[in-house]
Amino acid sequence: MGSPLSSSLQAAEELPVSARGRAPATGLQLEGRPLRAERLIEFGLFGCAFATVLTTVGIVATLAMEALGFLREVPLSALLLDTAWTPLFVEKHFGIWPLVAGTLLTSAIALGFAVPLGLLAAIYLAEFAHWRTRRILKPALEVLAGIPSIVFGYFALVVLTPLLQEVVPGLAGFNALSPGIVIGLMVIPMIASLSEDAIRAVPGGLREAAFGLGASKLATIFRIVLPSASGGIAASAILALSRAVGETMVVAIAAGQQARLTLDPRVPIETMTAYIVQISMGDTPTGTIEYRTIFVVGAALFLMTLMMNVISHRLTRKRGAA
Amino acid sequence: MNDSQKEPASKFQLRNVKAWYGDNEVLHGVDADIPEHSVTAIIGPSGCGKSTLLRSLNRMHELVDGARVDGQVSMDGVDIYGPKVDPVLLRRQVGMVFQKPNPFPSMSVRENVLAGARLTGTYDPSRADAIVQRALTQAALWDEVKDRLEAPGVSLSGGQQQRLCIARSLAVEPTVLLMDEPCSALDPIATTRVENLVHTLKQDYTIVIVTHNMQQAARVSDRTAFMLSGDLIEFSDTIQLFKSPSDPRTEDYITGKFG
Ligand SMILES: Nc1ncnc2c1ncn2[C@@H]1O[C@H](COP(=O)(O)OP(=O)(O)OP(=O)(O)O)[C@@H](O)[C@H]1O
Ligand SMILES: [Mg+2]
Repeated sequence: MGSPLSSSLQAAEELPVSARGRAPATGLQLEGRPLRAERLIEFGLFGCAFATVLTTVGIVATLAMEALGFLREVPLSALLLDTAWTPLFVEKHFGIWPLVAGTLLTSAIALGFAVPLGLLAAIYLAEFAHWRTRRILKPALEVLAGIPSIVFGYFALVVLTPLLQEVVPGLAGFNALSPGIVIGLMVIPMIASLSEDAIRAVPGGLREAAFGLGASKLATIFRIVLPSASGGIAASAILALSRAVGETMVVAIAAGQQARLTLDPRVPIETMTAYIVQISMGDTPTGTIEYRTIFVVGAALFLMTLMMNVISHRLTRKRGAA
Repeated sequence: MNDSQKEPASKFQLRNVKAWYGDNEVLHGVDADIPEHSVTAIIGPSGCGKSTLLRSLNRMHELVDGARVDGQVSMDGVDIYGPKVDPVLLRRQVGMVFQKPNPFPSMSVRENVLAGARLTGTYDPSRADAIVQRALTQAALWDEVKDRLEAPGVSLSGGQQQRLCIARSLAVEPTVLLMDEPCSALDPIATTRVENLVHTLKQDYTIVIVTHNMQQAARVSDRTAFMLSGDLIEFSDTIQLFKSPSDPRTEDYITGKFG
C-alpha cells in the first residue's frame, strides 16, 4: 500500500523539473505577444464592467447628496423621533416610522406566506419529484416569477381583496393584507428555487448515513438535510425579504396611500416605495422640501435592502466554505 | 434451516442476486452464504461490484434512481426483499460504515452517537449517557473523546471521525455491520485501530467489509470473497483463498498480475 503511493508522489515531483529542463533543449518557442484584437476585446469588456460600477456609484452618490441636503433642513431627530409622516400637509411631520412600519408589515405578511410554501415546494422538488415532473414544474415556477408586477397589483386590488373581504371582517378596500399575500406569491419562486439549490447541495453522504441508521425519508429530510441546508434557506428568505421590501407596484396600487403607524393589516397604509411613487408621479414641484423627502426615503430603503443582501450573501458564503 | 449442525449459522444467504443501475447489469447472479459472528471480506478490482453487493444487503442499492436488485437475499432466514419487509426497519438491523467518514456536521460527538435514536424516534433521555459511553467504548474512541463530547463531530481527526461513525452505527444496536472501504481515507495508525476494532466486534456482530487492500483482508477476515466484473469468482476461508486459490483468476489478482 505504501509503495505505489510514494512512487506516485515522486513522479509528481519530478514532472515539473524535467519539463523545465527539457524546454530549451527542444527549442520550444514560448515568447510571444498577445494579439492586438484580444487586447481590444479585453479593454472593451473592462469598459462595460466599469460602466456598471460607475452607474451604481452615481446613483448612490445622488441619493446620498440629496438625502444629506434634506437633513440640513430637517434634523435627523425629526426623522427618527416623530411618529407621523405628513410632508404634504400644512402641518408637516417627517417621522419615517409609519412608512417603515407599512413596508415591514406588507413584507412580513409576504414572507409569512411565501417561506413555508416556498420551502415545501423546494423540498418536494429536491427530494420527491420525479425528474420529469421537475422538468415541468421548475419552468412553471419561473413563469410565475416573470409576470409583470403591475398585473399582480391589479390582481391584489380587484380579485384578492374582494375575496378576502368575504372572510376577513373589517377589511378595507385598500389594505396591507392583500398586497402582502400577493408579494408572497411573487417571491415564492425565488425562495423555492434557491432553497432547492441549498437542499441539493447537502452532501449525499449525509443522507446515506441517515438512511444507513434506519431513518425514514421524512426523518432524514427534516432532521439531517434541512438543518444542513439552513444557511442557504435563510439566505433565500432574506433575499426574498429584500425583494419584498423593494416591491413597488403592488403596494402602490393595492395598499392605499395613507402613511399610518399601525400593525393592523386590514387598514390602508403606505410603504416607502409607494410613497416615492406617489411623489414622483404627483404634482409636487421639484426642489421643494416635500420633493426631497423621496431621496431620504430612498436612501433608507437602499440601506435596508443593502443590509439584507449582505447578510444573505454572508450566509451562502459560509455554507459554501463549510 | 437445520441442514447442518457443525457449520456456523449463516447470517445472509444470497441466491442468484443480480443488480442493475438503469439498464446496466452490474451483478450477474451471486450465490453466497455469509456466516454469523465472523468477518467476511470482499475484494476485487475497482468497479467489479463490491459496493453494490454490500449495499444489496441493507437495501441501500435501491435508493439510487433507477437501481434495482433481483434474486433472493435472506437474513436469518427472512427474505429481505419480501413484500412485507420495511427497508427502514431492516437498516436498523444492518448498520453501515462508509468510505469517507461522514459525521453529521451540525452535531456534537455525543449527538452524533445518539443520532440514530433521534432519527428513528427511539430516543430515551434516561438511557442516553449509557448508550453514548457504550457505543464509544465499543468503537475504541471513548478514552479519546470523553472530555469533548460536546465538541462538533467534524472537529475530530479523520480516524476518530471514522470510529465515531462506527460508534454511531453500533448505538442503534444492529446485528450486522457493513463497511465499505472504511480505512481508505485513514492513515496507517488509524487503520490499525479500525482493524483491531473489527477484530473485537466480530464476537457480537456479523461484519462484511469491502477493501482494496489485500493485506487488510488477510489480517481482519475469516472468509474472503473475490469478485470480478460482477461475478463472485471465489468465496472461501481467507487463509485458503490467499494461500491456495482454486481459481486462476483469483491467483492472478492476489499476486498482482492485474487489477
Ligand atoms: N450510481 C451509479 N450509477 C450508475 N452506475 C454505477 C453507479 N455506481 C456504480 N456504478 C457502476 O456499477 C459497477 C459496480 O460499481 P461498484 O461501486 O459496486 O464497484 P466497486 O467494486 O465498489 O468499485 P470500487 O472499488 O471502485 O469502489 C461499476 O461498473 C460502476 O460503474
Ligand atoms: Mg466501492
